[in-house]
Amino acid sequence: MSVLPVLDVVLASLVIGVALFTIAARDLFASVVGYVAYGLLLAFVWIRLYAPDVALTEAAVGSGVTGVLLITAGKRLGALKNAAPEMRPGLSLKILTGVLAALVAGALGAAILMLPDPPPSLAPEAAAAASGAGAGLENPITAVLMSYRSFDTMLEKIVLILAVVGVWSVGANKAWGSAPAPLRQSRPYAPMVLLAQTLAPVGVLIGIHIFWTGADAPGGAFQGGALLAAMWMVTMMARLAEPPRIDAQWLRMAMVAGPAVFLVTGLAGGVLAGSFFAYPPGIAKPIILAIEAFMVLSIATALPMLVAGPPSERPDQ
Amino acid sequence: MTTLLELFSVAAISVGAFFFFAGTVGLLRFPDSLTRLHALTKADNLGLGLVVLGLLPRAENTFSALKLIVIWALVLLSGASTAQLIGRALRRGRK
Amino acid sequence: MNELLLAAAGLIVLTVAIGLARILRGPTDVERLMAVQLLGTGGIAALLLIAYATNVPGVEDVALGLALLAPFATIAFINLLDADQGDAGV
Repeated sequence: MSVLPVLDVVLASLVIGVALFTIAARDLFASVVGYVAYGLLLAFVWIRLYAPDVALTEAAVGSGVTGVLLITAGKRLGALKNAAPEMRPGLSLKILTGVLAALVAGALGAAILMLPDPPPSLAPEAAAAASGAGAGLENPITAVLMSYRSFDTMLEKIVLILAVVGVWSVGANKAWGSAPAPLRQSRPYAPMVLLAQTLAPVGVLIGIHIFWTGADAPGGAFQGGALLAAMWMVTMMARLAEPPRIDAQWLRMAMVAGPAVFLVTGLAGGVLAGSFFAYPPGIAKPIILAIEAFMVLSIATALPMLVAGPPSERPDQ
Repeated sequence: MTTLLELFSVAAISVGAFFFFAGTVGLLRFPDSLTRLHALTKADNLGLGLVVLGLLPRAENTFSALKLIVIWALVLLSGASTAQLIGRALRRGRK
Repeated sequence: MNELLLAAAGLIVLTVAIGLARILRGPTDVERLMAVQLLGTGGIAALLLIAYATNVPGVEDVALGLALLAPFATIAFINLLDADQGDAGV
């Protein structure tokens, strides 16, 4: 298999090349398109490293949702044309930024190159913990996320909710409580509507499949939730649905459901299984799947709210 | 798997890869945005379609084969619709 | 046989990656979008070939996810282009 190293080198240089283009592009649209391509190439790299879970997350969240978030935010800022000359940073600021960035990159590179051989790693411990009390899951990544490092995973979802609250707080005071602006300004366009009507149901099924299969095969709550979020956003972008009011009860309950269920289960674990966030042996897998189901709900509602943006005033309110 | 199926599989995948090559050449060398869009959709439909067709004999159960066909159908649907959207954006003279 | 599939996968990835040059050159923004779309479809084909050549589980599901995410991203970018045009209607 002598073609594989060549492929690896080409892939790596492509990643670097597209990243350079993303930074150097003059136009916001071009650089975000470059960023989406960069995310896709990174997903291939993850596949090459035998990490399909990470590849799916990279493609879904890193490339897809983040790219859409960047382009939607950019449109909202109206920053698509080059900034006004007075607002551009001066030469000294640019040099200082460049030097600082180079220092950080150099420190990271030095840290990696100076690792002792073999490098210290938590992987054997994690693998042992995951397969032991490990809750009977075949996918070691899900086992680590939901069992060995469950507290971290719960906190990550809370960070997501905090991000949504931050986005909401950017809206004008008197707009608080109303809905964000529609994701598409003009009237619905027939091919887009057809695409949304046929893609969304299939996508929801696939998202649920990827979440469910994450217990034993690559997949999981985050990837499934991200796909469900993408499908909701597709319907909103085709104007089949509108962004909901941010004071809607169902929206807020759905967003906090995941971390809330997680926290309650963790506290209950202190009573029923001996320690905070431990699972009672034997029923660990059903409990984990139930927690993951609520987390899918939270992710699927929080990500589109991030993209939809702050509430905006409507003339009829 | 019989040799005939193997041969068919290899042939389909090779032609599929060739269509991707053709699509890239079209994207890079065609003179006009609309013609480039045409090349892109051929790679979408035929390139992926032939690759999926070539992989179908190698599927181990019905579920895997169904998954392959679902992927192809999704790409067909989304490719056709986005070609309409891109064509409209080009027609309106987006620069 | 597996080597053939892997070779085809590598070939497809290389080819559509060359198409990324359209991102550099493309006079309009839409052409850059088209290059990324080609990368996505080529990626799906390559991932399917890799799934059937090696036995890494779950690669097919990544292809399935990509097939959903490509139109999602394209719709978002097209919406932006329409908004830019001062789109007043169909």
